[in-house]
Amino acid sequence: MSAIELRNENKKFLSGDEAVAEGVKLCRPDVIAAYPITPQTVIVEKLSEFVASKEMDCQYLHVESEHSAMAASMGASMMGSRTFTATSSQGLLYMCEMLHYVSGSRFPIVMVNANRTVAAPWNIFGDHRDSLSQRDSGWMQVYVENGQEALDMVIQSYKIAENQSVSTPIMINLDGFVLTHTYELVSIPEQNQVDEFLPPYSTTNKFDFENPKSLCFTASPEWQTEFRYQQYEAMENAKKVIQEVDKEFSQVFGRTYGGMVEEYHCSDADYILVAMGSVAGTAKIVVDKLRKQGKKVGLVKLRFYRPFPKEYFKKLGKKAKAVGVIDRDISFGYEGAVYSDVKAALFSQGADVKTINFIAGISGRDITKEFLAEMYSQLEAIGNGDKVEEIQFTGLRWK
Amino acid sequence: MIEIRWHGRGGHGGFTAARLLGLAASVYSDNYAQAFPSFGPERRGAPVLGFTRIDKNPINDHSQVYSCDYVIVLDESLLDTIDVTKGIKDGGVLIINSKKPARDFNIQKDITVHTFDGTQLALDVLGVPITNTVMLGATVAITNVVSIDSIYKAIDDFMSEELREKNKKAVEAAYNSIKGVTN
Repeated sequence: MSAIELRNENKKFLSGDEAVAEGVKLCRPDVIAAYPITPQTVIVEKLSEFVASKEMDCQYLHVESEHSAMAASMGASMMGSRTFTATSSQGLLYMCEMLHYVSGSRFPIVMVNANRTVAAPWNIFGDHRDSLSQRDSGWMQVYVENGQEALDMVIQSYKIAENQSVSTPIMINLDGFVLTHTYELVSIPEQNQVDEFLPPYSTTNKFDFENPKSLCFTASPEWQTEFRYQQYEAMENAKKVIQEVDKEFSQVFGRTYGGMVEEYHCSDADYILVAMGSVAGTAKIVVDKLRKQGKKVGLVKLRFYRPFPKEYFKKLGKKAKAVGVIDRDISFGYEGAVYSDVKAALFSQGADVKTINFIAGISGRDITKEFLAEMYSQLEAIGNGDKVEEIQFTGLRWK
Repeated sequence: MIEIRWHGRGGHGGFTAARLLGLAASVYSDNYAQAFPSFGPERRGAPVLGFTRIDKNPINDHSQVYSCDYVIVLDESLLDTIDVTKGIKDGGVLIINSKKPARDFNIQKDITVHTFDGTQLALDVLGVPITNTVMLGATVAITNVVSIDSIYKAIDDFMSEELREKNKKAVEAAYNSIKGVTN
């Protein structure tokens, strides 16, 4: 059988949620503990079906809340089990306390968060307010653009999180509805290739009768700093591991995502947009269109928000004339959180670059190609010395 | 890229038709495709939309569909409250499930309007007034957007065994009836 035939055979037309479930199945987790919430529910429904039909050899725990989902996931990981969970929005907030327990205890749990805004006003649609609010929870955060990347990142994420120099949980962020409920052509990797790429989880950070120890203990002021330093160091280590894992993944599966960031027409670009998640795809179309008109525009798809690619943006600040950051959220009293981080890195070496923050895609409002083209024209204007507002709410009804 | 919008009411299976077409166009033809519903809570009887995008190249666009090549309406009563012609490109096609001739809808736009009595055919073949697969067969016959064989394969892949055969029959009946008329 030729490689092309094989690839065709393994293609399916799946929603983002279903693609995630396929990815999780391929990773052979020992334990899944989850509580349903829109728009993530299909992920855990599919997984429970796989377990019920014995397609997966896995313990599935139906828990009574998201707090319990994360507590049970932590318990499973403490026994050395490969563990998966998924949540969204209010559910993520409800497990907030346990997020810190898991990251502080260094359990490499993989969780998919279907990005959805946070009440009030209550709303089930997508933005990044849920995950961005958990920036300092000590979890790695990656944002994906489509169903294929969601599936592939489940596989990559276990490899990154379980790397001994990282040993940190990871949250894969998938835009609610726009990705979770959109069906796309997805290539399903071969099980034997995944098995080879991702061997069973092995750790010394677990309960063990042969080697008894305490886990998740109390630390005195005398030691807390050292624990925090180790978490800091693990995230710094992760930057390298993320690049290595993406490279190895591309060698096995033929797809690469660029690791921390993906650049699109950035090498000679004067005007660059930075975006996370599904809007990056739409922005690529706008870049193509503007390039045809001779505009020197580019896109940075920011994939990892934590660890943050500080070094990358330091360099970008020296090349570009103007950089715009799309935030699907805002930190009230300041600006978009992603914008703050990008700006700090851009200017950290005294670069002469103009910046604009676009607050867009709030609770499912569409980010159209027209909006994106307007963002580029705002960047061109500020680059030419025009006065342009720094924080702009895209498509706002009134001012 | 071809963009298609499906108008139905919750329970009509409009989104199922959108998905079947996407599956047929991608896995069972040599294209990329996307299918998505109008996002949000699902309510039986309420007007709902389904969308299909088809292209030879990978589809990066994750914004909503604003202009369409083809629009299919599963329930003509939707025309009382909704402008189903919104966003149809010049030269595009509107297909309405109706007993009435197309001219009765008096649509003053540079588009082709077809009507097809999908409800009667669905009652005849399926025994229920569920018109999604019938209208899918009609759509393929009118637009040639994919091959009819790819639709049969998509139904085999998608539907439970008890539904497969009669839905393929429904698709075939609709397809043949239109091809017979237009040939």
